[in-house]
Order: sequence, then C-alpha cells, then structure tokens
Amino acid sequence: MPTKPILTVKDLSVVFPDNNGASSPKGGLHALEYISFEVCPREFVCFLGPSGSGKTTLLRALARILKPTSGKVNFIQRQQPKIGMVFQQPNLMPWRTVLDNIKLPLELEGMGDVKARAKAQEMVELVGLKGFEDNWPRDLSGGMAQRVGLARALVHDPDLLLLDEPFASLDAMTRERMWTELSRIWQAKQKTVIMVTHSINESLFLADRVLVLTQRPGKVKLDLKVDLPRPRKDDIRYTPAFGKLALKLRKAIE
Amino acid sequence: MKNKTSLLGLSSILLGLLAWDLLARFGSLPAFILPSPVDVWVRFLKAVTDGSLFFHAGVTLLEIVMGLGVGTLLATVLGYLVARSRTLERALSPYLVASQAVPLVAIAPLLVIWFGPGMFSKVFICSLIVFFPVLVNTIVGVRAVPAALHDLMRSYHAARRDILFKLEVPSALPIFLGGLRIGATLSVIGAVVGELVGADSGLGFLINVGRGQYDTALVFVALFTLMALALSLYGLVILVERRFLAWQESVER
Ligand SMILES: Nc1ncnc2c1ncn2[C@@H]1O[C@H](COP(=O)(O)OP(=O)(O)OP(=O)(O)O)[C@@H](O)[C@H]1O
Ligand SMILES: [Mg+2]
Repeated sequence: MPTKPILTVKDLSVVFPDNNGASSPKGGLHALEYISFEVCPREFVCFLGPSGSGKTTLLRALARILKPTSGKVNFIQRQQPKIGMVFQQPNLMPWRTVLDNIKLPLELEGMGDVKARAKAQEMVELVGLKGFEDNWPRDLSGGMAQRVGLARALVHDPDLLLLDEPFASLDAMTRERMWTELSRIWQAKQKTVIMVTHSINESLFLADRVLVLTQRPGKVKLDLKVDLPRPRKDDIRYTPAFGKLALKLRKAIE
Repeated sequence: MKNKTSLLGLSSILLGLLAWDLLARFGSLPAFILPSPVDVWVRFLKAVTDGSLFFHAGVTLLEIVMGLGVGTLLATVLGYLVARSRTLERALSPYLVASQAVPLVAIAPLLVIWFGPGMFSKVFICSLIVFFPVLVNTIVGVRAVPAALHDLMRSYHAARRDILFKLEVPSALPIFLGGLRIGATLSVIGAVVGELVGADSGLGFLINVGRGQYDTALVFVALFTLMALALSLYGLVILVERRFLAWQESVER
C-alpha cells in the first residue's frame, strides 16, 4: 500500500540522566539511539526486543509522555492524533470501578455521562468482562485488569493504538483469543497499531511489519515485512512461511 | 459478633463507672477532689437546664470547626503547591521545619495577648495546630500519586483541571484524610488550650471557673463534653473515609 505515512520518526534518541544527574551526550543512560521509521495508516507494526532495549521508552516518546533528547516524532494528519495506550502494567485507577475506568477517556473528551456509560458498557462486553462492571480493580485478576486497560484504550476510538506488551500477563488461551479479537478490531475499525512485545509468535500473528530493536541502546536492527495472508488462523504458525519469518526474527534477536 | 462487641464495651464502661463511684464513696476523698458520678450527673443536668453548657460547648465547637476549616483550607492549598514545586519546597522548608519544632501550646499565651481573649485567638491557635499534619499529609499524598497514572493522563492530553480532580484529588485522598483525622483531634486540644490561657467563654473557660470555685463536678462535666465533641469529630472523619474510600481494602473493618 503506497500511502503516505502518518507517523514519521527521525533519528529519535532518548538519554536518561544517570545517577550523577548528567545527561550529556557521553554520560547518561542511552535508552534509544537514532531510531528512524515510518508507519502507514492502518498498518500494524510490532517492535520486538530484549528487556531493557527501550521499547517502553519508545512508546512513551510516541505518546509524548516523554520528550526525546533529540530527533523528531511527526504525525502527518494532525498535529497530535488521538492515542489509546495500553501499559505494561494494567495501570487502572483503584478508586474507579471497572466501568468508570473504561469511561475515563470519554470523560476527558467531555462526553455526556449517559452516552459515555453506554459506550464503556460495549467495551466491557467486547473484552469479556460482563458482570464485573461494578468491581473495584483490586478484585480483578491480572489478566482481567489488563483487559480493562485494553478496553480503556479502545473506548474513545483512537487513531493510533500504542500497546506495551498488553498480553504478557494473560494465560495462553485468553491471549490467543485476544489476538484474534485485536486483529478483528484492527481490521474493522481501520486503526493504526504500534505494539511492543517479547513474543515472536505474537508479532507474526498480528503484525504487517516487525521491527527488531537491539540491546541497549536500542537501535532498529531489522525491519521485516510480514506478508502472511489474513485473517490469520491459529494453525498459521505451522506453515513454512511462518517458520521462515520466525527464524529470521530469532536470528536478529540473538 | 458486632452485638457481642458492643455488649462487652458497655459492660466495661459500667464497670468503670462503678469503680469510680466506689472510689469516690469509700476513698475518703472530699468532693472537690473527686466528685462521684452522681454528683457529676446532677451538675450536668444543672448546667444543661440553665443553658450554660450549651452556650459554652457551642462556643468551643465553633472555634474548633472554624479553626479546622481555615487550617485545613490553607494547608491543603499550600501543600498542593509545595508538592508540585521543588523550588517552593526549598524556599519554604526552613519555615516548615522550624514551625514544626515550636510547641504551639507554649505560644498560645502570646496569641491570646496579641489577639485578645475572644474567639479569634482560639480560631487562630486551632488553625495553626491543624495546619501541619494536614500540610504534611497533603504533600505526601500528592507526591504519592503513581507516575504511571500521570503518564496515562498525559497520553490523553488531559487538561490541568482534569488531572487535579480526576487523578490527584482521589489518589491523595486516603493520606489527606489521615491528616485530617489527626487535625480534627488536635483542633479540640488547640481550642481548649487557648481557652485555658484566657477566655470569657467556652468549655476551657468553664474548666477554669470550676477550678476557681472548687466546683470539681463542673470540671468533669466540661471534660466529658469535650470528649464527646472530639469523638464526634473523629467519627465524622471516619464516616467521610467510609464514604469515599470504599475502594480501599483497609477501610472494611
Ligand atoms: N524514567 C527513567 N529514568 C531513567 N532510566 C530509565 C527510565 N525509564 C527507563 N529507563 C531505562 O531505560 C532503559 C530502557 O527501558 P525500557 O523500559 O524502555 O525498556 P523495555 O524495552 O520496555 O524493557 P522491558 O521489556 O523489560 O519492559 C532501561 O535501562 C531503563 O532502566
Ligand atoms: Mg517495557
């Protein structure tokens, strides 16, 4: 698809001040170094990398939670697209019930309460938490909490989804159901997704493109196109094409 | 279970009263040293019927509530600003540390000299004494807001106002209310100390009167009324906690 990219990242570097407070080019902790890539509309991009390679840092920079030390993050369509973010931890507000947590982005947009509740309720059902609307986050299992986080990221119909290992804490069965669900949502709602993961299988099951980051400081080591047919079913991982891609990724990670 | 607890509590109170009565009766202590429970009860009824108890209790309650209100308001606003600004914290911290070290009870006479024996000096003392626990807990509470939740709000480009009311206030509330609970108790102490130093009304004034006239039963009446005030205030804060902190496990008692 030869469309114009909606997101261009150019020479992005993030350096955290080290214990001495120094963040000069030499000192400091270099989390990301000269990252450049582009993302097209409706593309599903996965970042794969070892722990500490700066994956979370990258997402935080894309969401403008964190100011890059140097380099540029540019969104073409609008100055700032609507973002839905799923964090590595569920990151729910403990004083809000499940439904109210999911409703938060709508409140921030100023949507009326009745409408917001109805939309949040839809999301509750989408992530399979019907019956838990009024529970406090403390009463949820890790996997359930993570699904609330996913619902919250989707509820306000964002242009760009940023997912930080969203399924890491789920059991294998739920995880695969969520993969299918996410593929479906992504195709139906035409979203652009950037997802961070540890899992080669997960990235190949979901992504159009997989970018591999190196160990710290993170650089893009491989940009791999995943041209597996969609919709991808469970058994796709036993096909030779899948195996070949998986092998390439494994080699890049080592 | 709950019935059993309250039954036990009630019988323990009755036993205490009995012990007090026996001590007063057979301890060969004169009534101006230790009046019996009955003496105190009679004095209580008298103070109620002549209206003096309600008047003085009302004055003290007003001082407590006003002092608590003013002190809490100022401490909350300042605490929030200090929590958000390291510069302000550095500028103010010498004062904050020094003022923590001043025994407020000891400067009460000074305040009464400056502001007179009326209500104002008491409200002032109460506000001062309430100020610090609320300030400290506000600072700690606002600082303890999880950074990850700030990230969440920032990813939505939340307005400053939404960050305040949808994140910082609810997140800091448990610690803040802990400070308020301490403040409520201290406020009672502040009002009474101020009144003992110099006042023309209030329960502290009543204690002084009782002492001067060897009307020890009156001192007891004032004391019990003070306890009732302090307990109700404390209970009020607990009620607020139950209402707003239902999401916390620790509130379920
Ligand atoms: N706020 C921060 N201050 C200082 N150093 C940080 C900060 N955030 C991250 N780092 C450092 O930057 C590096 C990259 O961290 P990051 O969280 O992006 O890694 P990650 O790829 O997400 O790892 P994981 O897979 O374990 O989640 C790490 O060495 C981390 O210690
Ligand atoms: Mg991470």
